[in-house]
Amino acid sequence: MPLRWRLATWWTLLQISIEERLVYRADFALGTLMRFLPIVTQIFLWSAVYSAVSDSHDGQIVGYTYHNMVAYYLLTMVSRAFSSMPGLASGIARDIRDGSIKKYLVQPIDMLGFLLVYRIAHKLVYYAVAAGPLALVFFLCRGFFDGWPDSTTLAAYALSLVLAFLLGFFLEATIGMIGFWFLEVTSLLFVYMLVSFFFSGHMFPIDMLPGIWGTLVRAIPLHYLAYFPAAIFLGKVQGSALVWGLVIQAAWVVLFCILSRVSFWLGTRRYSGYGG
Amino acid sequence: MPVIEVDGLSKTYRVYQKPEGLLASLRGLVRREYRLVEAVRGIRLAVEAGEFVAFLGPNGAGKTTTLKLLSGIITPTAGTARVLGHIPWKREDAYRRRFALVMGQKNQLWWDLPAAESFRLHQHIYRIDPQQFRRTCSQLAEMLDVAHLLQQPVRELSLGERMKMELIAALLHSPEVLFLDEPTIGLDVVAQHRIQSFLRHYQASHGVTILLTSHYMKDVAALCKRVVIIAQGSIIYDGSLSGIIDRFSGQKIISLQMANGQAFDQLDRFGEVLSVEPPRAKLRIRRSDVTQTLARLLSAHAVVDVTVEDPPLEEVIAEVFSHPEEHWGRKVGEAPDLMEDRG
Repeated sequence: MPLRWRLATWWTLLQISIEERLVYRADFALGTLMRFLPIVTQIFLWSAVYSAVSDSHDGQIVGYTYHNMVAYYLLTMVSRAFSSMPGLASGIARDIRDGSIKKYLVQPIDMLGFLLVYRIAHKLVYYAVAAGPLALVFFLCRGFFDGWPDSTTLAAYALSLVLAFLLGFFLEATIGMIGFWFLEVTSLLFVYMLVSFFFSGHMFPIDMLPGIWGTLVRAIPLHYLAYFPAAIFLGKVQGSALVWGLVIQAAWVVLFCILSRVSFWLGTRRYSGYGG
Repeated sequence: MPVIEVDGLSKTYRVYQKPEGLLASLRGLVRREYRLVEAVRGIRLAVEAGEFVAFLGPNGAGKTTTLKLLSGIITPTAGTARVLGHIPWKREDAYRRRFALVMGQKNQLWWDLPAAESFRLHQHIYRIDPQQFRRTCSQLAEMLDVAHLLQQPVRELSLGERMKMELIAALLHSPEVLFLDEPTIGLDVVAQHRIQSFLRHYQASHGVTILLTSHYMKDVAALCKRVVIIAQGSIIYDGSLSGIIDRFSGQKIISLQMANGQAFDQLDRFGEVLSVEPPRAKLRIRRSDVTQTLARLLSAHAVVDVTVEDPPLEEVIAEVFSHPEEHWGRKVGEAPDLMEDRG
């Protein structure tokens, strides 16, 4: 009985969240499409970089050809479409600061569950808008890929994308909870986004990083947000390394799920109920 | 058995003292000074089922903090509270399904969607039977005259209409205890009146226990038999509204109508002259002096008509708010006779 109610709540919340996202559909569609613009500039950028080094390095930079690099870049875009959480951490911190968080404390709802369903709705609408343009981009750029990977790799890829979504969610939610201790988290978020941009592999493949830097980046969870799913698709992670990779990615999800809950619990205990 | 039982409830905030000036601000980065603010100090209160209690007090007196404690938003520094047998700050779902909090300055509805959508979500969150939900929703919407606005996005509603929707959202699950924090703030007289009469009617028909904070004395006078005055974090009065005057005002207002041609220049011998509009005049005198002063007045002047009244309630309360320390000695608990004032 309680489970049925809970499912009904989540289902209704999902519907209502989708409706809400559709209110400003023109703005949303425009924002989504604008995200495709950097693709062109990135392809030109890598093209210029590779033409400059083509003679001296066999047309490769640390094992990546120009084609590999563009394919990698396009795949990290898909990863980021799952793992990026625009406005999540800052939204939680704002709710804490202006007192809107009271809603979650007074009503019999779980704030993190509520925000997760809301975010799923957000993503679903985003995919619905972005699916067409994204398919077109991949079709036009099909020459950069060496065909489709096998079904096992595809399944692992899909799983890693779902885990990347959950990791992105709980990681940013944990950062947002810092708002209970420091009311203003904008600068902290900026630092996080900057670090994340580099170390998630969005800027360049992290296996390009040499020595200690490569080890360090692999030790922190950020590369599971963009690099790891793309590497699976490109067949760079296989066999037991793939299984272990997914297990560790899932472990990070569990860790940040627990961290976000603990920090919410601790935060509400010291919460002063700001904003009237 | 009381629905709300509060004993020794205290809440102390640690507030950062931001010094003035750039240099001091920079020093504040290294060493911060905090000040402890006792928002609520050892409150004791018992509210029976079906009571409609008003919390009065100046800004920052601790009214809203008390409501936040009772609705479990914040955790107290000391003391105990039980509402419907639950400890509020444990935030058990079983408790959260039985009460509601409405804050006049906070919006809980989905801003861009019609209120009906927020209500639909509430139905599932509070596990309300679909039939009962439809019935309650249409009843409340009709009582508040907003049935035709249910499908309109909340952002397009007026402040008054939005407040009505907030009330519906709060009452859908038929809470047994309702906390109202300034529900009529910023509303025009018509909307205020409408919400007052709705609350009065709803409370009478459902027997719900209500705690209200408001700055509008009209809200309080229209709705609450019992008034609790909080000042500087402590309860300084708990009783009937009219009892406030007996308790805190040691004065009476005498209105006189003089016979024609009477001089008004000597009136200040009898008390503080409030107004002189021949042939009428108003004086404020000490309550203990009423009989004596009247006798002297009547023998010195040709008075056609005289009335003795209490000073206006607002005035008395404003006086209590501005000098609460003078009323410390009258704290509930220290002066048990206060409880007899309850109407």
